[in-house]
Amino acid sequence: MNFDYNEEQQLLADSVRRFIREDYDFESRKKIVASAGGWSEQVWGTFAEMGLLGLPFSPDYGGFGGGAVDLMSVMELFGEALVVEPYLATVGLAAQFVARTGTAAQKKRILPQVVAGELKMAFAQTEKDARYNLGQVATTARKTGGGWQLDGGKCAVIGGPIAEMLVVSARSADTGGISLFLVEREAKGVALKPYRTLDELRAADISLEGVTLGADALLGKEGGALALIEEVVDYATALLCAEAVGAIKYANDATLEYLKTRKQFGVPIGMFQALQHRMSRRRRSRSPTPADTSARKRYSCMAPWA
Amino acid sequence: MDLNYSAEELAFRDQMRAWLEANLPDDLRRKVADYERLSKDDLMRWHRILAKAGWVAPAWPKEWGGTGWNVAQRYIFEEECGYVGTPPLIPFGLTMCAAVLLRFGTEAQKKRFLPRIYKGDDFWCQGYSEPGSGSDLASLKTKAARHEDHYVVNGQKTWTTLAHYADWIFCLVRTDANAEKRQEGISFLLIDMKTPGISVRPLILMDGEHEVNEVFFDDVKVPVENRVHEEGKGWTVAKYLLGHERLTTGRIGASKRELAKLKEIASKQMKDGRPLMRDARFRDKVSRLEVELTALEITNLRFLDQLRGGRVPGPEVSMLKIKGTEIQQTLTELMMQALGPLAQPFRSLDGAGDFDEFAAGLAPRYCNFRKTTIYAGSNEIQRNIISKAILGL
Repeated sequence: MNFDYNEEQQLLADSVRRFIREDYDFESRKKIVASAGGWSEQVWGTFAEMGLLGLPFSPDYGGFGGGAVDLMSVMELFGEALVVEPYLATVGLAAQFVARTGTAAQKKRILPQVVAGELKMAFAQTEKDARYNLGQVATTARKTGGGWQLDGGKCAVIGGPIAEMLVVSARSADTGGISLFLVEREAKGVALKPYRTLDELRAADISLEGVTLGADALLGKEGGALALIEEVVDYATALLCAEAVGAIKYANDATLEYLKTRKQFGVPIGMFQALQHRMSRRRRSRSPTPADTSARKRYSCMAPWA
Repeated sequence: MDLNYSAEELAFRDQMRAWLEANLPDDLRRKVADYERLSKDDLMRWHRILAKAGWVAPAWPKEWGGTGWNVAQRYIFEEECGYVGTPPLIPFGLTMCAAVLLRFGTEAQKKRFLPRIYKGDDFWCQGYSEPGSGSDLASLKTKAARHEDHYVVNGQKTWTTLAHYADWIFCLVRTDANAEKRQEGISFLLIDMKTPGISVRPLILMDGEHEVNEVFFDDVKVPVENRVHEEGKGWTVAKYLLGHERLTTGRIGASKRELAKLKEIASKQMKDGRPLMRDARFRDKVSRLEVELTALEITNLRFLDQLRGGRVPGPEVSMLKIKGTEIQQTLTELMMQALGPLAQPFRSLDGAGDFDEFAAGLAPRYCNFRKTTIYAGSNEIQRNIISKAILGL
């Protein structure tokens, strides 16, 4: 069993690494975070050029048909640089619903735009008393003459203020099941309260009041979305784990370097056992290298969709 | 050993609690409860309310404005302040500089500085840490060269808390670079922040706030009369201050208030249709924390009992710092866990009021409180003290 990244994945990782090192250093990132929108259109355009925005999608829509592990190699590097652009929100979450359950028309309308960097998306799921229970959705969807009406509220929608299109979960008044809807962020009745998160992403609480949608806004089967929501959230969680591994790797490397250079009491502080022991414990949770098969195995277990 | 409060002490506590409840302005109480940033004006307003009541410096000798309370009463008062949730009294003038002046200052220095500290006329900060001198404070490099009736100070201090509010800074400086032991070349100077040659540059911490600074000294003239204690005896002064560690370093009153708030949140937050507080795993974490906090309080009361008997606790107070700060950090973690996804707002993009202020204050608070295990002698240094001074290792 081989847990290494294959050659194509390596090449992709190399090009992302080059971009991160040359164009996404911490100072550049700070400027992006401090900007009004909290993301860089230029960086997003580069992601499109590099093919990152189409990575997991079918070639039929301009994508590259990559698996979860391909995305993980990207997310790991994004974690090292703490990339704030809404890659997970768009590519890892919201557009996944379109790719997995959309009609041919919906896919054709949306995915090429995502791949080209012309459309950013967000998944509006969490609600006030739901915590992490994906089945707890109180936002309602009522059938109207020509389509649907949504009412309710969503919390902590990551990438919400940046997205032009939302995927919103709502409970159908008729069937009692959960359905998914494509909602333009600018649609009437959609109001955002934007904020920054701890990790300097942009998120929003979103209220939906009498939002009227056409029949073609329904994504997938009416009332049958819960299993798909669970599947996509699992997929995104694996991507988040890869991002965390990258961030941990960077933090460990920086800390180790500091232990060797910072001096107190006439010696590098890495000479003190209290810190040596703490750092030894960190070593065990460090990012995998190609030789580090146990960690790679852990990855693959999390990514049965690879 | 008596770990209970006497009837008189309980009566004193009730009296203090009632007074604090009645005199703490609502807006300040709300800001403290919501972990909002306190402005200089907020801090000084509370300082002056206490000064007017005669309670801003309970530990000072009566002739300088002290209350004459015994050690138990002083402890009770500080813990009640934390429990009710008053703004903090900034310690640099009231407890640190004042303690030094009272012990080592000349009569003229006491007269000049103590009344102004008491009334809140002067805001003080502490010039100890330098870029190369953190835990190893005695390696400090800021130089003070003697020229007749003044010193010329050159160098840099860092992590200087609230230097941007300060009128004065007390500094450890090197007056003799050739002293046989490096501790012997250090002196203790009081420096007016308005002196030409001082510049203050903000360091923004990861909570996004301006709390600490870098302070630069470029040919700063300081009159010799601003030196406290003899030249070269600054380390003695610094050690006295470190040994002057207060029993309240555990912040038990404040942690009790926050634990109650944590339980309140966890009772309101729902998980799978039930209050989070009824979730076994979460309740476990809260219980553990409460046990730790109770144990810390009992330890504190043990020390207090020693103090009542006239015995000053020694290096054992390092335990209070370690445990107290660990508990404070755990509280910030559990508060965020209790709110779950709702703890994500960090700060509003277009002014306040866009979301629950309390929730929005939690993540900055969490970030800010990473400092507690590092500052005032890192917890690693405290463990070194325990192993060396108590265990004899």
